Amino acid sequence: MPHLAFDTAHLLAGGLVLVSFVLLYQDRLYSLLNIYALHAGVLAASVAWQAEIQNAPHLYVTAAIALGFKAIVIPVALRRIVVRLGIHREIESVVSTGLTMLGGMALVALSMVVMLKAAAEANPLAREDLSFALAVVLLGLLMMVTRRNAVSQVVGFMSVENGLVLAATGARGMPLVVEISVAFSILIAFIVIGIFLFRIRERFDTVDVQALDRFRGEQR
Amino acid sequence: MFDFAVQGAQMALVLLLAPLLTGIVRKAKARLQRRRGPSVFQPYRDLARLLRKEVVLAENASWLFRIAPYLIFAATWVAAALVPTFATGLTFSWSADLIAIIALLGSGRFFQALAGMDVGTSFGGIGASREMLIASLAEPAMLMIVFTLALIAGSTQLSSVAAFMVSSEVGLRVSLGLALVALVMVAIAENARIPIDNPATHLELTMVHEAMVLEYSGRHLAMIELAAALKLLLYISLIACIFAPWGLAPAGAGAAALGIGALSYSAKLLCGGLLLAVFETTIAKMRVFRVPDFLGAALMLGLLGTLLRFVSRSF
Amino acid sequence: MPVDLGLECVGALLGVAALALAVGRSRAGSSVVYGASFILCTIALASALRALIGGGIAYERVLPLGLPWIGAHFRIDALAAFFLVVVDLGGAATSLYALGYGRHEAAPMRVLPFFPAFLAAMNLVVLADDAFTFLFAWEFMSLTSWALVMAHHRERGNAQAGYVYFLMASFGTLCLLLAFGVLAGSEGDYAFAALRASHHAPVTAALVLTFVLLGAGSKAGIVPLHTWLPLAHPAAPSHVSALMSGVMTKVAIYGFVRLIFDLLGTPSWWSSMVVLTLGGITAALGILHALMERDLKRLLAYSTVENIGIIYIGLGLALAFRANGVEWAAALALTAALFHVLNHSLFKSLLFFGAGAVLTATGERDMEQLGGLIHRMKLTSVAFLVGCVAISALPPLNGFVSEWLTFQAILVSPDLPQWGLKILIPGIGALLALAAALAAACFVKAFGVTFLGRPRSEAAKSAQDVDRFSLAAMGLLALLCLLAGVVPGFVIDGLGPVVQSLVQGRMPAQSDMPWLSLIPIAASRSSYNGLLVLCFIALSGSLAAYAIHRIASRALRRSAPWDCGFPDPSPITQYSAGSFAQPIRRVFGAVVFQARETVAMPPPGALAPSRLTVEMHDPVWEGLYAPVGTAVGFAAERLNHLQFLTIRRYLSLVFLLLVLLLLVLAVWL
Repeated sequence: MPHLAFDTAHLLAGGLVLVSFVLLYQDRLYSLLNIYALHAGVLAASVAWQAEIQNAPHLYVTAAIALGFKAIVIPVALRRIVVRLGIHREIESVVSTGLTMLGGMALVALSMVVMLKAAAEANPLAREDLSFALAVVLLGLLMMVTRRNAVSQVVGFMSVENGLVLAATGARGMPLVVEISVAFSILIAFIVIGIFLFRIRERFDTVDVQALDRFRGEQR
Repeated sequence: MFDFAVQGAQMALVLLLAPLLTGIVRKAKARLQRRRGPSVFQPYRDLARLLRKEVVLAENASWLFRIAPYLIFAATWVAAALVPTFATGLTFSWSADLIAIIALLGSGRFFQALAGMDVGTSFGGIGASREMLIASLAEPAMLMIVFTLALIAGSTQLSSVAAFMVSSEVGLRVSLGLALVALVMVAIAENARIPIDNPATHLELTMVHEAMVLEYSGRHLAMIELAAALKLLLYISLIACIFAPWGLAPAGAGAAALGIGALSYSAKLLCGGLLLAVFETTIAKMRVFRVPDFLGAALMLGLLGTLLRFVSRSF
Repeated sequence: MPVDLGLECVGALLGVAALALAVGRSRAGSSVVYGASFILCTIALASALRALIGGGIAYERVLPLGLPWIGAHFRIDALAAFFLVVVDLGGAATSLYALGYGRHEAAPMRVLPFFPAFLAAMNLVVLADDAFTFLFAWEFMSLTSWALVMAHHRERGNAQAGYVYFLMASFGTLCLLLAFGVLAGSEGDYAFAALRASHHAPVTAALVLTFVLLGAGSKAGIVPLHTWLPLAHPAAPSHVSALMSGVMTKVAIYGFVRLIFDLLGTPSWWSSMVVLTLGGITAALGILHALMERDLKRLLAYSTVENIGIIYIGLGLALAFRANGVEWAAALALTAALFHVLNHSLFKSLLFFGAGAVLTATGERDMEQLGGLIHRMKLTSVAFLVGCVAISALPPLNGFVSEWLTFQAILVSPDLPQWGLKILIPGIGALLALAAALAAACFVKAFGVTFLGRPRSEAAKSAQDVDRFSLAAMGLLALLCLLAGVVPGFVIDGLGPVVQSLVQGRMPAQSDMPWLSLIPIAASRSSYNGLLVLCFIALSGSLAAYAIHRIASRALRRSAPWDCGFPDPSPITQYSAGSFAQPIRRVFGAVVFQARETVAMPPPGALAPSRLTVEMHDPVWEGLYAPVGTAVGFAAERLNHLQFLTIRRYLSLVFLLLVLLLLVLAVWL
């Protein structure tokens, strides 16, 4: 039943957007990491389903990487960093939750309009999956912009990457080498960010970016 | 004639099952908290006891205070009787418009809040003002959910929506998933359940619904408690008939299909009650000014569902 | 002919206004004037109803008044007939109310001559069929209502209210003048028939829409031109407030509908986006302001702003459907908007009558000095309660029907092709739902703080119910609210010819639907039956009451309030208007009004009271009007130097201007 296949793909992509909204809503660090694990889990399920309906076995490897690496290893590692650094466990945001969610809604609407108009001649179902993926990317960026805690910015960055993976798998024909190279670049970025976090913490005793601004002399 | 009997049976059924549902939820919560808990039939005994008691009325309570329990009960019972429970397409089910059902519950809430303010105590005021805050966000969220459902099913008439959901045309839809999550959040808020309000408390810091009915006693309190139980039944029936419509007897079905419908409905109620008990036990109550964030999220999900349906038919 | 009868009633009302100058000071003066207005409005109402039910055939009359080469054109078609019904029904109810209320008027000569003139002017605006007559009647309406606003000019704030109203009314008329100028183009034929037939480029149409929104919209009260409304409407005497909020805003809606739907021709889809956005913002902002108010009449005035927003949402939807050629959906949306016009005039007049009754009985408009009036003013409280339930859009009253129809119109809009509309309309639907829920909260506050609880002042303790005429007027409007709610099919059928003439489509005939249901599109899609809902509620309520009285104990005992065991004898401890709205102020007001609460707490042991201060900013006033006012002041300061020039400088100014004009002429030729 082709309808069920496409509907499930939509459902999983929509579920990823929903989990991105849940990520935006969190204001405690541990629950943020748990929800990020869920985000990666939903991504793995979506990629696995795409592997099933596209008959592309290499996507199973992508799903396995997403599940093992992003859903288990990275959240555990981030949790240990949080404990080691003794990072303040509440996430301050620049604007209130309500306004952030409203902004998220507007971004979803924007990605719908852009993708459904820009790719007007493409396969309609792939187009809609792409609009969801763009929405996940934009929501991840919104999270990076409206949160003051460096760990939450890292999580936002990772969810942007999840959105890119969703887009790539949905577009049919993402070779494994692209996935591996993207994953390695994320890993490098992650290690670099982790090192910087340790350094920042050592120097300034905090990873609140607003405090960092103060030290730079750009106090608001 | 048979049709009228079936419609009447539904009205009586919801009234009879409502206290049992509340009893099941309380028993399940007690068991999860390693207590024995009261019997599942205890709410019936509570109602009977309240009916036998004398009403103690404040000196400055007005006629509105005395009439309000009947109005609240009548509005909630009519709304609950219109939601399909074991069958769709009953005699008066064409008048069961989803927006009208929500507005009927709104009327009940309007008079409940006014009754809270009638005696002129600060508890009544706090209950009324917090209830209207919750309503000002829960009602738009509910309306957005109704829009999403109406845009999928092509009608706001509840029995048409239920019939559409039973048929195989519906498939899995993203907007339905969003509507389900949002509906569960709104149902928790409207029924004054944890994490919004604690139905078992009598402390000012934690109450919304209990504060409004603080001055009621005797038969008036019995009607209001029954109305609250009916509201819980209504929401669980609503979620069941839209998102788990299997077993609903179609229009004009015979006695066998109605029997199956009744059995599946009882199973759904039991399931819903147990899930509610598990949810209430695992989560803590939020402080009052986090409730708008919670309901704002439900509103956003409903709005997102509607937006997706506006944008494309296949969402 | 209906138009002749309408004009005769207008003439008679002007005669009554002149009569009021003579008899106004005598004891029976107010009874004569208001009684005559009542009779004339009823006659005009009957004639307009007959014209509407008769199928909306247009009748015309040209009178040799005004400019000699144009004359004055008057016309009744379906649209005019409907709005005449609204105007005259409001006028008749207000005159009946004023027969009782007007006896308490301290300065009758400031009110009595202008009241019938105001009614005459409103009728004339709706009857007008050419631009001159329309603008003349519009300005006459503004002037008479301004005079009525200034009737109690010595009270605090009324003079400023009158000044702001005067400025905004002049601004509105100027914009309408420009709109008619652009519509007529270079030919200069200002009769509506000629304007209807002319064709417009999209730029011209956009210009006309802007001017009409500024002109008619400012009189109706859309954001950001609404600031005069909550100042002026409460300043007038209560029966005039009812007329201004309930009827004059509808005349402004008539102006908008006539100019945009009738004279401008087929709209473009982006004009509907502008109207929809303005409507949504107006609805949300209006009701949020109303929730922050403690003055009962200002609360009602802001609620008028909200309802005007709801009407504009319906009108915007109708424009969107019309631009895309979906006539049946445009008919649905326009019917919803016009039904809300009628509903709002009914329940807002009722609410203002109630506020006037409270003012007469207690002398207070501030809700925080009232309370417990349900015991002292029994019938007024019932009527006010009906008004509150109706305006909160609760079934089975009329407010719910127009809101339900608007929601149905929103639900058929996904088929519109334009992306902007697809994204905007769900957002507007959410704003509408939010406004409706906040309206219920607002009117729980209004009724609860004013009528329920314990009296907070001596005035509230010693209130008496008002006279028969006021009660009769309130009862009549409450009954009409109920009727429009349970048998709305007749109203919708009455609106059929109006909608047909404007969007070339109409809703299916409702009077012969089974069980008198309301079926806007098709029976399989959605239906609502107010009568059935009322019967069900009545039946189950009586069944419950009967069962309870059989099986339950009948005992009842009066005692002190329970209040958790700590009853406080002072009525100050009960919730006030500000405290009721505090959660909503904290959630919504923090964003919209930048509301901040500060508590000044004295140190322990000090005997001073603690103080709670709430600071709010009106975004429209501070964002738009204050800068404009500052700019005008700055410019005036600079231009003031022109007053003090020498004679040589004045001569050189004249000389330079002359040279400049000659240069322009040289270049042009």
